[in-house]
Amino acid sequence: MSVAEINTALYNRRRRRNIRAMAWSLAATAFGLGWLVLILGVLFWEGLSGLSLSVFTEMTPPPGADGGLLNPIVGSLVMTFLAVLIGTPIGILAGTYMAEYGRYDRLTHVVRFINDILLSAPSIVIGLFIYEVMVAPMGHFSGWAGAVALAVIVIPVVVRTTEDMLTLVPNALREAASALGLPRSIIILRISYRAARAGMITGVLLAIARISGETAPLLFTALNNQFWSLNLNAPMPSLPVVIFQFALSPYKDWQKLAWTGALIITLSVLILSIIARVLAARSSRSS
Amino acid sequence: MPLEETKAVTDVALQGGQLTVSEPVSRQKLLARMRFGDNAFRLTTRTAAIVVLLILGGVMVSLFLGSLPTLKSFGFSFLYEQRWNPVTEKFGALAPIYGTIVTSLIAMLIAVPVGLLIAVFLTELCPVWLRRPIGIAIELLAGIPSIIYGIWGLFIFAPFLQGTLQPFLISLFGNIPVLSSLFEGPPYGIGMLTAGLILAIMVLPFITSISRDVFEAVPPVLKEAAYGMGCTTWEVFRYVVLPYARVGVIGGVMLGLGRALGETMAVTFVIGNAHKVSSSLLAPGTTISATIANEFTEAVGDLYTSSLITLGLILFVITFIVLACARLMLARIDRRGGK
Repeated sequence: MSVAEINTALYNRRRRRNIRAMAWSLAATAFGLGWLVLILGVLFWEGLSGLSLSVFTEMTPPPGADGGLLNPIVGSLVMTFLAVLIGTPIGILAGTYMAEYGRYDRLTHVVRFINDILLSAPSIVIGLFIYEVMVAPMGHFSGWAGAVALAVIVIPVVVRTTEDMLTLVPNALREAASALGLPRSIIILRISYRAARAGMITGVLLAIARISGETAPLLFTALNNQFWSLNLNAPMPSLPVVIFQFALSPYKDWQKLAWTGALIITLSVLILSIIARVLAARSSRSS
Repeated sequence: MPLEETKAVTDVALQGGQLTVSEPVSRQKLLARMRFGDNAFRLTTRTAAIVVLLILGGVMVSLFLGSLPTLKSFGFSFLYEQRWNPVTEKFGALAPIYGTIVTSLIAMLIAVPVGLLIAVFLTELCPVWLRRPIGIAIELLAGIPSIIYGIWGLFIFAPFLQGTLQPFLISLFGNIPVLSSLFEGPPYGIGMLTAGLILAIMVLPFITSISRDVFEAVPPVLKEAAYGMGCTTWEVFRYVVLPYARVGVIGGVMLGLGRALGETMAVTFVIGNAHKVSSSLLAPGTTISATIANEFTEAVGDLYTSSLITLGLILFVITFIVLACARLMLARIDRRGGK
């Protein structure tokens, strides 16, 4: 065999191997996208048929009766709103400290590390934590406990995006403001926040998307409630927990409502994250 | 001009098209007010940063206090005992720990190669205009709430596996000595294999998006040099990109593992909630998070509740270690990239 033949053989082998590897990567991508299509497809198929106006206007039914998901939808909205109300200021302030005051501090490094861990910590552990510090001492499950549990999940998301977005604000802006004699707090409130606003709103939207599907931390903080309730000191229904309960029940009409609820949650989460993405893309283009 | 002559300052500003002039304020007073506001704001933000630390500390301390009764009654035997008997109040965490590790392992075995291959596709093969849409689609998988995976797994995926993959695996490995014990028993549909497969789909996007980011951070000059020598795309990836990005990829994998270990709702639906350690992957089992989710609200008695909280503590410690390793590795990549 001549050198040229060996080289051709080697070349062909390498080329075949390359084609094989690339085919695998194409297959893997199709595999990943396939799941997305399958899950969303089934969700629409099962959920759309149950979607009607009565879902939004009627209470959760007893087995065998008609009904809707009004009380869990309202419960979810109330607890999500409170969680954002509690979590966002803490998150934004902490992120502000990390990006503006103590960018090179030891404290900032530690907080960033701990925050990243909280960001992916199992949410069921957060539920246990709130059970221990709120539900057990108060002696009863409550909407407040659910809201605080969700707030604990909101905080790390907001801290992370706030810090990232404030770090992106050009220092020249701060220096120009400083040269005018503005105090630091005014610079942050009037200059930095304004420049980073779109990114910070994105963070809050992502946090809402994250908590609107959370079930585990609500199971033993807000518990559940079959009836209309806006009393935050009593157990409060939420969409994810009702889906959990209804899906595992043996009743067909409960299971159908669970699918409809699942579709509602997924649609709202997807819409929220698409808005957040568009906002983020727009702000990164302008800066 | 000496300073004393400018004792008073006046705020002149355009507001709504009108020139407004404020009352003269003492310069001293104004500066004091600004300094006070500044310090107050600085202190507030610092407190908020410390609150983040306090939350983590609070989780640790409250879980530890909650698990004291269990540790007192069972000691270390809690970790390796398989019994779980609410009636006689004898508890051991072996079955949930085993289930957590097995399901996460199955998930990682599938998600790591597939996730890496998708990242290869996105960085090397995919036309530029398609990169963003496919990247976003994969990330949408991460955005779907876990309860959706659960309900889908229970009603669609588990029956499907029961009818197709599981009988196939049983007949395929039935006569091979060691492997047959992995696929023993009837195909229930639900079980550890199903939970592991669903976890794989859930952690896939995390591994893909982090791998893609670290692959893109590889200096183009390195890749171009390899291509210039006549390397194929696969060879460039295998011998240049992957070694360079190794630490970041491991970090991403650990992050995915952290997710898989702590995932609750999707697993709770399909795991079967059986407190026993069985060698067969098709058998129902339980994980730490599924046990807590299923039993916590129904737990009566201090010892039962405390045992479940101890499970939570174990889960938290495991995920803390895994996530801390992941973050340290990813931080190393960031530092190198910043240079």
